[in-house]
Amino acid sequence: MSGANDSYDPKQVAALAPETLESAVEKAREEFAAAADLDALAKIKPAHLGDKSPLLTARREIGALPPKARSDAGKRVNEARTAVQAVFDERREQLLAERDERVLRDERVDVTLPWDKTPRGARHPITTIAELVSDVFVGMGWEVAEGPELETEWFNFDALNFGKDHPARTMQDTFYVAPEDSGLVLRTHTSPVQVHSLLERDLPVYVVCPGRTFRTDELDSTHTPVFHQIEGLAVDKGLTMANLKGTLDAFARAMFGEEAKVRLRPSFFPFTEPSAETDVWFPQKKGGPGWVEWGGSGMVNPNVLRACGIDPDIYSGFAFGMGLERTLQFRNGIPDMRDMVEGDVRFTVPFGTEAE
Amino acid sequence: MRVPVSWLKNYLEPSGDLKPDELTPEQAAEALVKVGFEVEELHSLDQVTGPLVVGRVAEIEPLTEFKKPIRFCLVETVHEDDVDIDADTPRTRGIICGAFNFKEGDLVVVALPGAVLPGGSEIAQRKTYGRVSDGMICSTRELGLGDDQGGILVLPSGEAEPGDDAIELLELHDSVVELAITPDRGYAFSVRGLSRDLAAGTDLVFGDPAQGEVPQAEGDAYPVSIEDAEACPRFVARRVSGVDVDAPTPFWMQRRLMLAGIRSISLAVDVTNYVMLELGQPMHAYDTSALNGDIVVRRAKKGEKLSTLDGVQRELDPDDIVVCDASGPIGLGGIMGGETTEVRVDSSDILLEAAVWDPPSIARTARRHKLGSEASKRFERTVDPMLGPVALERAARLLRELGDGTIQPGRTDVGQPTLPEAVTMPIDLPDQVAGVRYPRGVTVRRLHQIGCRTDVASHEGGKPHVIAIPPPWRADLKQPADLVEEVLRLEGYDSIPSELPAASAGRGLSAAQRRRRTVSRALAEAGYVEVLPFPFVDPSTWDALGLPEDDVRRRTVKLLNPLEADANELATTLLPGLLETLSRNISRGARDVALYHVGQVVLPKAEQLEVPDVGVAGRPSDEDLAGLRAALPQQPVHVAVVLAGDRPRAGWWGPGEPASWADAVAAAHRVAAAAGVELRVVAGDLMPWHPGRCAQLRVGDWPVGHAGELHPKVVEALGLPKRTCAMELDLDALPLLEKRPAPDVSPYPPVLMDVALVVDADVPVAEVRDALRSGGGELLEDVALFDVYTGEQVGEGKRSLAYSLRFRAPDRTLTAEEATTARDAAVAAATERVGAALRA
Repeated sequence: MSGANDSYDPKQVAALAPETLESAVEKAREEFAAAADLDALAKIKPAHLGDKSPLLTARREIGALPPKARSDAGKRVNEARTAVQAVFDERREQLLAERDERVLRDERVDVTLPWDKTPRGARHPITTIAELVSDVFVGMGWEVAEGPELETEWFNFDALNFGKDHPARTMQDTFYVAPEDSGLVLRTHTSPVQVHSLLERDLPVYVVCPGRTFRTDELDSTHTPVFHQIEGLAVDKGLTMANLKGTLDAFARAMFGEEAKVRLRPSFFPFTEPSAETDVWFPQKKGGPGWVEWGGSGMVNPNVLRACGIDPDIYSGFAFGMGLERTLQFRNGIPDMRDMVEGDVRFTVPFGTEAE
Repeated sequence: MRVPVSWLKNYLEPSGDLKPDELTPEQAAEALVKVGFEVEELHSLDQVTGPLVVGRVAEIEPLTEFKKPIRFCLVETVHEDDVDIDADTPRTRGIICGAFNFKEGDLVVVALPGAVLPGGSEIAQRKTYGRVSDGMICSTRELGLGDDQGGILVLPSGEAEPGDDAIELLELHDSVVELAITPDRGYAFSVRGLSRDLAAGTDLVFGDPAQGEVPQAEGDAYPVSIEDAEACPRFVARRVSGVDVDAPTPFWMQRRLMLAGIRSISLAVDVTNYVMLELGQPMHAYDTSALNGDIVVRRAKKGEKLSTLDGVQRELDPDDIVVCDASGPIGLGGIMGGETTEVRVDSSDILLEAAVWDPPSIARTARRHKLGSEASKRFERTVDPMLGPVALERAARLLRELGDGTIQPGRTDVGQPTLPEAVTMPIDLPDQVAGVRYPRGVTVRRLHQIGCRTDVASHEGGKPHVIAIPPPWRADLKQPADLVEEVLRLEGYDSIPSELPAASAGRGLSAAQRRRRTVSRALAEAGYVEVLPFPFVDPSTWDALGLPEDDVRRRTVKLLNPLEADANELATTLLPGLLETLSRNISRGARDVALYHVGQVVLPKAEQLEVPDVGVAGRPSDEDLAGLRAALPQQPVHVAVVLAGDRPRAGWWGPGEPASWADAVAAAHRVAAAAGVELRVVAGDLMPWHPGRCAQLRVGDWPVGHAGELHPKVVEALGLPKRTCAMELDLDALPLLEKRPAPDVSPYPPVLMDVALVVDADVPVAEVRDALRSGGGELLEDVALFDVYTGEQVGEGKRSLAYSLRFRAPDRTLTAEEATTARDAAVAAATERVGAALRA
């Protein structure tokens, strides 16, 4: 240490001697390196870079030198200081990195722990398949129509060309509303929505009607008294049975893949003439590619058009309908109808919120 | 309708190179499907292998020492003249048999050891009941000839000899086709009708078994008068006397009846059934000697009774059609005869009836008396009104031929049947409907095939039209579309191409449809599982739910014919179904369950309006339509949730939180948010909810539903998990959003200020919040309740509510002074409205 009253001979100002500075740098380098963590580094920092550190002390001695010698000495001190700072910075970076890494390592968790605090919800596959079908038709420009589940017999039967005592009325095992001859039934099919649509909408009409329907079947693996249908109705000028087939083919492809196709077999429904059973063929059918009974279809019976005030000589139409439970059963391979009606969450949850 | 394929082929004739003999059962079935008959089953009889022979029962020894009665039979199974058999071979063999419907001397069918019967049962010599049984005496069922439970098949004597090959005798190389006949095709309940369509489907020629002249008759067979011409358009009768009461039904006839599923009873009855199957005319045979005076056909009188052939005494309805004699009703016309005049084993004087009846009346009577018969099945679908005399002649001749009877010269034929009227249509209408260009002449050719007489004429502007007179058995052909179907089905639907029509431009889903989807998805995303319970409710459920006697939800629509007698009401709320489904899940081991249902409920009006009687000839009048709609109960779409257990649930992270009233209310808010509607919550009090934990949900001042915890008594009565919660609201009552808001989002910084207010404990938080909001004015952007405190520091009957208020101006940075002023105004409003005091 040099006091103000010491001799001015720079050679005698030991603090500024190159060797002294060098050793200070060397010492700092060693001690910084030895600092195990940021705290230790911070603790020894003043000893090497603080006001009382040898280098800072040495800088204060410069004034005691003859002016000629000052520049040199100053340069040396600065260099030494810069060196120490650099060593410090480097070590600090190193320790910071080590610390960050350690913090992240320490904060590690087992990300495989389950976090299902709120159980998953789901939509019923019947709902989502009805939406899927609706969307297919909306994509073709059709609209979706709905109607009441409790119907007047006029809408459910009369307007659909079911004669009052025709055996076709008993073909569909109907839930009747008390008292006898109330004229009300639980709709046996979604077809009354056809009539509502034709009475309420402007022509041409292209609608699909998904909905819940009812028949007095006991619940078993292939029957349920409460089920869902989707019905399609197109009434326009010049519609043909080829158009019916084309529509059903497009529908089948949307539901069962590009290779799917539809076959029509002659049948009878009061509200269509000609009438057809509709079979669908698709490659992924359980048990190998093949035909499955899908639903009914046909050209709208002129009597139905008449009951809705439409001239059958000008307009023609086609209609089709299928059971959604049944469609889902053979499309998704659901063995037992009861699974779809009992509401067991174990059945529904895996379906998630959208149809596929 | 079950029928042997060989019988159908009987009336097919070759056409060019096509030969009926070469038609396999499979091809026949395929052709029937193609023309519109659903083949339920094609059953090959060719299922027996190995020795199957005719045997004669020589001796029967009842074995009595066993628990069930059993007999040991000695059966001759070798032909008398069979000389190839060496002398040591016994001509009879012992067979154990458990059936009792045969006697010594009867001819039976015996499966010898080595034979394999349908279903794979192998016949072998075996020891049983202490004897050696050397074969099996077969029943109809065991031979695969039908489901008849009548026991052993006994062959008519004289039709075979012991040792005859029974496979030949039974014609086991045949197949039986089982068809579902649609309600429009009454004619197809006969071999005649099916063969005609089979011929058309295979391009073979049809030979009509009903063709041929009916001989002239002299006078009436029996005096008959029709009092109600609508009920009975035609009544034809023929009398055959001196029928040998011991004459058996020949086996060929028995066999066809058996394969059609009809049991052989006696020659007279068998003949009527046989002709019904063959031609489609149901007939009735009376014992003429039991008839008492003239026959009269009329509607029944109130209070009249009739014992039908099935042994049931029936109270008749004035709508029923009855055949009467001087003693009163002797038969339910077109459905079933009566006991007093039925043909018995000793009846030799037979009066055969072939009538046609009003189809709707038959349908009503069959339904009313729950009495469907082979006859009613045909009459309610209409029967060829020209067939009666032909069918009677056929039946009478069979009785003469097989029973040695004498056909009496008279024939009764009364009534005026109506015949199908001519239908005119453009000759290319089938092409137009199908979207196909058929070859020339197809329309006329196909119409001829189904029996139409046709004429082609130029109509309106020279366009050729076809005028078709449908045959009498096709009363279903009434309009051009009906003829079109005939042409299309016979041409084959597979010839129709696939052409996608261009629909008009649609408007997408309606706002209500989109909202319903959004609501459903929102609940699913919130952890609820959608279920679709049935709408049938047992009225005792209303008691379990604690609904007061006059609760509007007890006003239900009731079903006449519920599947379960108890569950006969239609749900006015979705909760019964949801709660039942919840219980089912719990009983199957689930613990934390949250379910939802979106569906229609049925809310009848206080007074049910009459459904107007509306015709179908044209569009109903506006008044009629309004009447039809007004007669329907309201059926709004509701959305409801139920939940029990924990939410969130317990796990490695710690304990769960019991699902509470608050979750139910939150579900309502979710629904409302999805619908874009703000829901107001006020304290409610409605069963089945807990009176202190029931929220009434409102839109504005309009109640739309309730949410909360269920009443403990309801939970107990329904056996639900403790503290089960529920929410139900009327989705249709939420206003449909015209358009979503476009909020102005201020870019300026907010000023946050906290206030703690002390209020009486029974002041609802919602009211405090509303007061703060209204007092805070437009600058108050948000009110968040972050603490609720009750305890000593605020005094008894009080609670402290700590709010964080966020103020912001749309156009400037708010100063502290402005915010303070607004806060003070908010607090002042709370003080004024709900007596809130700023907590020190």
